[in-house]
Amino acid sequence: MRGLPPVLITAIVLVAGFALCAMQFPNIASTRVVGNLLTDNAFLGIVATGMTFVIISGGIDLSVGSVIGFTTVFVALAIERWGVPPLVAFVAILALSAAFGAAMGAVIHVFDLPPFIVTLAGMFLARGASFLLSTESVPITAPVYSTVSDFALRMPGGGRLTAVAIIMLVIVIGGALLLHLTRFGANVYALGGNRATASLMGVAVGKMTIKIYMLSSLLAGIAGIVFSFYTSAGYSLSAVGVELDTIAAVVIGGTLLTGGQGSVIGTFLGVLIQGLIQTYINFDGTLSSWWTKIATGVLLFAFIALQQGLVALARRPVAKSMGAAS
Amino acid sequence: MENSRDPAAPLLEVRGISKSFGAVRALQEVDFTLRAGEIHALLGENGAGKSTLIKVVTGVFPRDAGVVRLGGEEVAPRSAKAALGAGIATVYQEVNLLPNLSVAQNLFLDRQPMRFGIVRDGEMRRRARALLADFGLDIDVAAPLGNYSVAIQHVTAIARAVDLSARVLILDEPTASLDRHEVEILFRIMRQLAGRGIGIVFVSHFLDQVYEISDRITVLRNGRLVGERETASLPRLELIRMMLGRELAETTSARASAGEHKPREVCASFENYGKTGYVTPFNLELRHGEVVGLAGLLGSGRTETARLVFGAERADRGQARVEGAAVRLHSPRDGVRHGFGYCPEERKTDGIVAELSVRENIVLALQAKRGLHRPLSRREQDEIARRYVRMLDIRPADPERSVGLLSGGNQQKVLLARWLATSPRLLVLDEPTRGIDVGAHAEIIRLIRELCDDGLSLLVISSELDEIVTYSDRVVVLRDRAHVEALAGEAIDVGNILAAIAADGAAPAHGAHA
Ligand SMILES: Nc1ncnc2c1ncn2[C@@H]1O[C@H](COP(=O)(O)OP(=O)(O)OP(=O)(O)O)[C@@H](O)[C@H]1O
Ligand SMILES: [Mg+2]
Repeated sequence: MRGLPPVLITAIVLVAGFALCAMQFPNIASTRVVGNLLTDNAFLGIVATGMTFVIISGGIDLSVGSVIGFTTVFVALAIERWGVPPLVAFVAILALSAAFGAAMGAVIHVFDLPPFIVTLAGMFLARGASFLLSTESVPITAPVYSTVSDFALRMPGGGRLTAVAIIMLVIVIGGALLLHLTRFGANVYALGGNRATASLMGVAVGKMTIKIYMLSSLLAGIAGIVFSFYTSAGYSLSAVGVELDTIAAVVIGGTLLTGGQGSVIGTFLGVLIQGLIQTYINFDGTLSSWWTKIATGVLLFAFIALQQGLVALARRPVAKSMGAAS
Repeated sequence: MENSRDPAAPLLEVRGISKSFGAVRALQEVDFTLRAGEIHALLGENGAGKSTLIKVVTGVFPRDAGVVRLGGEEVAPRSAKAALGAGIATVYQEVNLLPNLSVAQNLFLDRQPMRFGIVRDGEMRRRARALLADFGLDIDVAAPLGNYSVAIQHVTAIARAVDLSARVLILDEPTASLDRHEVEILFRIMRQLAGRGIGIVFVSHFLDQVYEISDRITVLRNGRLVGERETASLPRLELIRMMLGRELAETTSARASAGEHKPREVCASFENYGKTGYVTPFNLELRHGEVVGLAGLLGSGRTETARLVFGAERADRGQARVEGAAVRLHSPRDGVRHGFGYCPEERKTDGIVAELSVRENIVLALQAKRGLHRPLSRREQDEIARRYVRMLDIRPADPERSVGLLSGGNQQKVLLARWLATSPRLLVLDEPTRGIDVGAHAEIIRLIRELCDDGLSLLVISSELDEIVTYSDRVVVLRDRAHVEALAGEAIDVGNILAAIAADGAAPAHGAHA
């Protein structure tokens, strides 16, 4: 329903891109490659789900990359240096990131500050804090890590659906359900439509803002844990710039950067498109990996132009008037 | 009703409310009393403080002083949500809905029917359809609200508030963008609700409607209470005096200057002009010094005609001429270049730039017309702003005030001023007097005549037939997106216009949709 046409376009781009890649490198069309793609981009899919909520509500969250970085360092230190059981470390960091997001949301609402500024401050804060904890990469050797890394569902064709990929898929589906089927989700769209109006209509705008940034930071925390599984280390410089990849995925997925429209499924497709470009470059072998950025940039530009076009079309009052006598 | 200890006790009691915005004292010790089951009109000039009172009572603005009692108990809501929780449902003056959400979502936002934490979409749509059916509306409730006209959006906002079945229902200028038929439906529903003991506050500048629907009237002037009266025992002239604090200068209800007919040159003409699926091709000649009125029901093609004439919509057939020369009108820019001005119906939401000052808003179109390389000097700007603030009696008369802080009616005057400042040859006005108080209303009609005498050509859309009759030299009647009748001279009267609207047996039925 809402936001479907842009999502369709994203889907078409993904399918067409996949077909093109598969023509050049037939091996791409295998569950093995697809499984890897999902694994490699699991953390991105998770943060991007949270970012979708934020952007639809008319905000932005620049702190997610830093929260991921902080999470990896915190988890690594907690397990390896402080001797905390991994599960307790996970719960603690998730509580901490949720609180961090809630605080940013509260500041945005109470002081009526632009989310851009507040989350930019949050970004520096979280990154700085992770440097305070450790400036070196801390390897994680806890047994859970190898267990989780080894776990995978076999897919036909030899592909592996890893634990982190499964976590990502569950979060994407959960996020989609939350956004499209619940009252909370409807309020997210309402906020993105117009904050003042939503407030006059009785939406608890303050609480919603806090919850939305809390959700985003919480998912960034989960993404950080997933990232630490993926790299088996904690490093304060990890996930630098991920917030921008995330925003790109959300926009390519058809979410309006100005809020009010979008979908989690679209974001997921946007993540896959970025993953596909990366995969293509890996297969090619001669291209610099920076081509990923260039290709993403081009796509981003194309999608924003497209959305502006669609918005302009929608604004045109076609059959805007009420039919009078039939 | 629950614990109403004393049946005669007022439902909503407002005592000694004061509210200042910086130096502006918007409300000073205002009292207001609403009884259960009554329809109470809250009246006053533009900027008198009606909307502010409503927002203070419902907690949107914090109050400086005073108490509010609901059913005898003191309440102090701190947000619209809290007011709703206490039992006060409000349709604020700005159409406050969300164009990006579906109609159904708008109707049920934050109170959707749920099962296991999941919104029951089908059930919600079914209820939305049923709710709108009461208002004679049969539309696709799953479509985004923004796809529909301002009128439908307004009806949706009202339907939402009505459905909240609160104890108090506040409607701030609900009828400003509705046509007669919709107003009748709204009134029927208001009476039903009042019959159930709900107290209704009704704000309007249409005195006919006030006399038709209200039991009691409270008048504010300059942020102070003037008085509360029974509608039945308050003569209209007395009411106007209460509102204005003076007599209304003789309303020009008689057709002005009907005698001196000076056939002047054609300013703009449209031959066989139209757009498929939008407006049936029409012929229209607009002369200098002449007012042409467009009459018809909502959706009959009036606004569509105006948009084609201005270039806001692109015609796909026919020829437009300006001063005899064939021209292309493909965009509003073309319209402006040929000296056209257009004050749209949605000006409340579309036209004003709330953050800019009154002066900046007024010179906006003029500056755009002159181009960026010929900026207006500050002195010229001040001069222009001051002139129009005086001419249209914009209050407060401070050109440096942000437009967003003006009352709704005064914002509209600013928009009118913007187009007047461009000294257009042709000015298209869509519902120019909606939301404007009785005093200013007469002023604007006088202004329209004056502009005309200066050689301006005017195309005016209005649902107020009395008003159209007052200032038009010719009236074009529309029906079903076609120009069906043109009246001129003595033939212009309300009866003839109504007859043309309802001609060929098609009574002005409504609610059916093509
Ligand atoms: N947010 C605000 N900030 C500053 N001044 C305001 C604000 N809102 C309203 N005012 C001022 O308060 C006064 C009362 O405005 P209000 O909107 O209540 O008038 P109103 O009676 O509703 O008029 P109208 O019939 O035009 O809607 C006006 O002088 C207006 O400029
Ligand atoms: Mg008002």
